[in-house]
Amino acid sequence: MSFLGALSEHGFLQLALLGGVLASIGCGLIGPYVVVRRIGYLAGGIAHASMGGMGVAYYYGHEPLIGALVSAVLAAMAVGWVSLRWSEQEDMLIGALWAVGMAVGILFMSQASGYNVDLMSYLFGNILMVTGADLYLMLGLDALMLGLIALFYKQFQAVCFDEEFARLRGVPVTAFYLLLLGMVALAIVLLIQVVGLILVIALITLPAAMAGHWMRSLLGMMLLSALVAVVATSGGLAAAFAPDLPAGATIVLITAALYLLSLAARQFTTGRRAAR
Amino acid sequence: MTDSLIHLHGVTAGYESVPVIEDVSLEMPSGEFLGLVGPNGGGKSTLLRVVLGLLEPWAGEVSVLGRTPTRARRDIGYVPQYAMFSRRFPISVRDVVRTGRLGRTRPVFGYRRRDKAVVDWALSTVGVEGLAERPIGTLSGGQFQRALIARALACEPKLLILDEPTANVDPGAESHLFDLLAELNREMGIVVVSHDVGFISGYVHRVACLNRTLVCHTTAALTPEVIESLYGHPVSAVQHASEV
Repeated sequence: MSFLGALSEHGFLQLALLGGVLASIGCGLIGPYVVVRRIGYLAGGIAHASMGGMGVAYYYGHEPLIGALVSAVLAAMAVGWVSLRWSEQEDMLIGALWAVGMAVGILFMSQASGYNVDLMSYLFGNILMVTGADLYLMLGLDALMLGLIALFYKQFQAVCFDEEFARLRGVPVTAFYLLLLGMVALAIVLLIQVVGLILVIALITLPAAMAGHWMRSLLGMMLLSALVAVVATSGGLAAAFAPDLPAGATIVLITAALYLLSLAARQFTTGRRAAR
Repeated sequence: MTDSLIHLHGVTAGYESVPVIEDVSLEMPSGEFLGLVGPNGGGKSTLLRVVLGLLEPWAGEVSVLGRTPTRARRDIGYVPQYAMFSRRFPISVRDVVRTGRLGRTRPVFGYRRRDKAVVDWALSTVGVEGLAERPIGTLSGGQFQRALIARALACEPKLLILDEPTANVDPGAESHLFDLLAELNREMGIVVVSHDVGFISGYVHRVACLNRTLVCHTTAALTPEVIESLYGHPVSAVQHASEV
């Protein structure tokens, strides 16, 4: 059965497709900031540490995504605090948080039943399991991020471009930095369902880095990277459906392929411009 | 004292346990064009950070525009060294200059109409209005420097502070830059930080020489002997026939 045929027939595929679109909007909103501020490693740390809360929620029978949301936001604040206060040991401390969060999550999940199946879907995503309730949560997270960026676009831009100057203009730089990391946490939670927390980092950074090849403003990068993410998640879902491949991994590989294509095209066009 | 743009008395400051500047006193009257010179590591950046309120001094009095540095900030236009910037940041010249409006514009949503007017004025004052929509990374060193000055002017400052504005700028652009600053000096006090004594002394009213401690000279008194004692070794400096 073709993907489009199956899409019109199966409600779960429609939910999956919508989930991918909502997650892509989150990628597009936060990815450009992660790329220009070069905080990809911090985002990786937050993503993995969120496993802790997910495992705890799972063990006590609560919604694991809510656990992930709480622990991702807490991890974002911890990561932000570390990078501001102990910048010399930043990589070591974030690496530790990364592993400890995973360890806590795995320990709690191992003590509950159904461990193996669910653990795999949190680590590598299971977009076909997206429920209507998940979509409402995702929609809420997107709306929250969109609202914050609409309110404070100029402050985020100033803080990312020249932190010291922003501070001199009276912008509360530390608060905005932590807010930015908080939004990274929200985007991670959006993406966990789609590609799983191990693969999250590819969907946050690659579409935005690709948009950076072509766009000359943060806003332009947001629009293009959201579009790239929509193409990658929908395309990945479609490509994975017939041969029954893991959708998360397929989506990540399509994203990486798009990035490499963009990089090659970029090299080609700048090379021609330089030769002229 | 309330007329002073900058008032420093017995200021000592540094990092960890070593003082970088010691017992520095300075009175900068309004309308002055002051050069702050000294060897690398002599404390120029440290003094700048104290004046901007980014570093708390260990001892001494600091007031800027008659206020504490933190309160005076909104009326200071600061131009950092341009070499510190990532040229690949996706931002247009206009958007860079607009960030100078922060602290004066509304705190949420976009900028206002009045901000646009001030930004247009700042862009044309420094002569980069034709480059406004260009990405910042495509500018030459001199153009980038002007864009940063426009950003500082968008703050509508009473005091303009420039950190090494001539580094990475070709000599032709350098004299244009100082002509622009001389023009702006009619409206506001200016401090130019430089390690290049020879060039600066042709334009400024007074030179403050900083090498841990501070000594002020009128530009006429800036002889090779004075410069040598400041740097601790002979330096090749052009002697200017400067106006008194």
